[in-house]
Amino acid sequence: MIAIIDYGMGNLHSVSKAVERLGFTAVVTSCEREILAADGAILPGVGAFGDAMAELKATGLLETVRGFARSGKPLLGICLGMQLLFEESEEHGVHQGLALLPGRVVRFRGPFKIPHMGWNRLKFHGSSPLLQGVEEGHVYFVHSYHVLPDHPADLLATTDYHQPVTAIVGRGNVFGMQFHPEKSGVIGMKLLKNFLSLCRESRNIANSR
Amino acid sequence: MLAKRIIPCLDVKDGRVVKGVNFVNLRDAGDPVELAAIYDREGADELVFLDISASYEGRATMVEVVKRTAGEISIPFTVGGGISSVEDMKRLLRAGADKIGINTAAVKQPQLVADGAMKFGSQCVVVAIDAKYNESWGEWEVYTHGGRNATGIKALEWARRVEELGAGEILLTSMDADGTKDGFDLRLTRAVSEQVGIPVIASGGAGKPSDFYDVFTGGKADAGLAATIFHYKELTIQEVKEDLKRKGVEIR
Repeated sequence: MIAIIDYGMGNLHSVSKAVERLGFTAVVTSCEREILAADGAILPGVGAFGDAMAELKATGLLETVRGFARSGKPLLGICLGMQLLFEESEEHGVHQGLALLPGRVVRFRGPFKIPHMGWNRLKFHGSSPLLQGVEEGHVYFVHSYHVLPDHPADLLATTDYHQPVTAIVGRGNVFGMQFHPEKSGVIGMKLLKNFLSLCRESRNIANSR
Repeated sequence: MLAKRIIPCLDVKDGRVVKGVNFVNLRDAGDPVELAAIYDREGADELVFLDISASYEGRATMVEVVKRTAGEISIPFTVGGGISSVEDMKRLLRAGADKIGINTAAVKQPQLVADGAMKFGSQCVVVAIDAKYNESWGEWEVYTHGGRNATGIKALEWARRVEELGAGEILLTSMDADGTKDGFDLRLTRAVSEQVGIPVIASGGAGKPSDFYDVFTGGKADAGLAATIFHYKELTIQEVKEDLKRKGVEIR
C-alpha cells in the first residue's frame, strides 16, 4: 500500500491513479497512522514552498513525513514535494524545508522563459535502482525554482535548461523527482514503477524478518 | 534542451467532444476521455479541453470528464471555457486538471489571474488571448466572448499585464489566421513572445507540418495548438513531429 500524502496541495488524483495503473494500491491520506503503516509514501506538491511547509505544520504531517523517512521505507517527493525534502527555499521569502537532504532551492534567473515548462531530456549520473531500465528521454517539467543539492552523490539525474537542472535526487530511502512522473508518458511511468518496486521489496524484506 | 510542444485541442459540450465551424452545426464527435487517450498514444505533448457548455449541468459534467481523463492519460492537460472564479479553478484542479485557462473572465476581472496564481501557483494559470489585427491602430486588439466582442485593449499590453498579474503561460489565438489553414500568425506570435518572459502557445491557422516549424522559429512560440486538422485527421501528430525532427527542432 502506497500512501499519497494529502496536505492540501498537489495533484493527488493523477498520482494515485498512476500508482493504481501500475498495479499497486494507493491511498490518498492525511492520517498519520495510515501513512506510517504504508510500504512507501509519495509527497506531491504544486504551489509555493512556504505555503506547503505551513500546511505540513498545520496538519501535523511535517513530523509524519520525517518519521516516515526515518523508518527507512521509500519516500518519493514529486515537484514541489522534491523541493520540500531540502533545507531551504528562497521562494517568496526564505523558508525552511524538511532538511532530509542537504541543499537549497533557488529561482531560475536569466533571459529565458520562466517557468521551465515542458518536456526536457534526462541525463543520468551514477546508477540507482530507480533508474533501472529507464531511457534518458523526455519528462514533463513545470517549475520556476530549482534545487541545488550540496552533495553530488545525491544527484541522480539532471536536465538542461540553460544550465544543468536537478531532475532526480536520491539518498538511501529518500528520492525526489522535479518533473511529474505521472504526467511524463512511458518514461515517467517506468520511473514510478521502479519506485513502487522498491516499496514492494522493502515490504518483502520487512515481512521476512 | 526544452522541447517544443504539439497540443491538440478538444471542444467539449455537455461531456461530449463536438465538431463544428465557429460553434455552429455542432456534431457529436465522441467521448473526450477516449479521444484524449488516443491523442496521448499518438504523441501529443499536452491536451487542451475547451468547455463550450452553456449550462450549469454542462459545466458540472466537465468536472467528471476531467476526473476520468486524469485517470487515463499520462500527459498534462489544461481545461478552459467559462471559468470565472477561484472556486471554478479549484474544482477543476482538484479533479485532476494540470492547468486551467481563462479568457473573458480575465479581461473582466484581471484580479482573477492574480488570485488564481497566488492560490494555485502561476504554472496552473493559462491566460487565453484572442487577438485580431486592428488596421486603424496598426496593432492587435483583444477580443472576448469567443471572439465576438472587441475590447479596445491592445493585445501586446494585455499580454504584458497578465504576465505581471501572475499568468504562467499565454494561449494566443490569432483570429485572423484561425480557420484559414494558411499557417499560424507569425507576426502576432513573435510580437507577443518577445514581450513576455512566460511560454506562449500559438493557436489558429495550422494547416501543414511546416506551419509548426515556422511558428516555433520565426514565430518564437513555445508550443503549437491545433484542433481541426488533427480532428479531421488531415494531419497526424507524428507527421508534424517527424517534420520538426528532420529540421532539427527539439521535439519529444
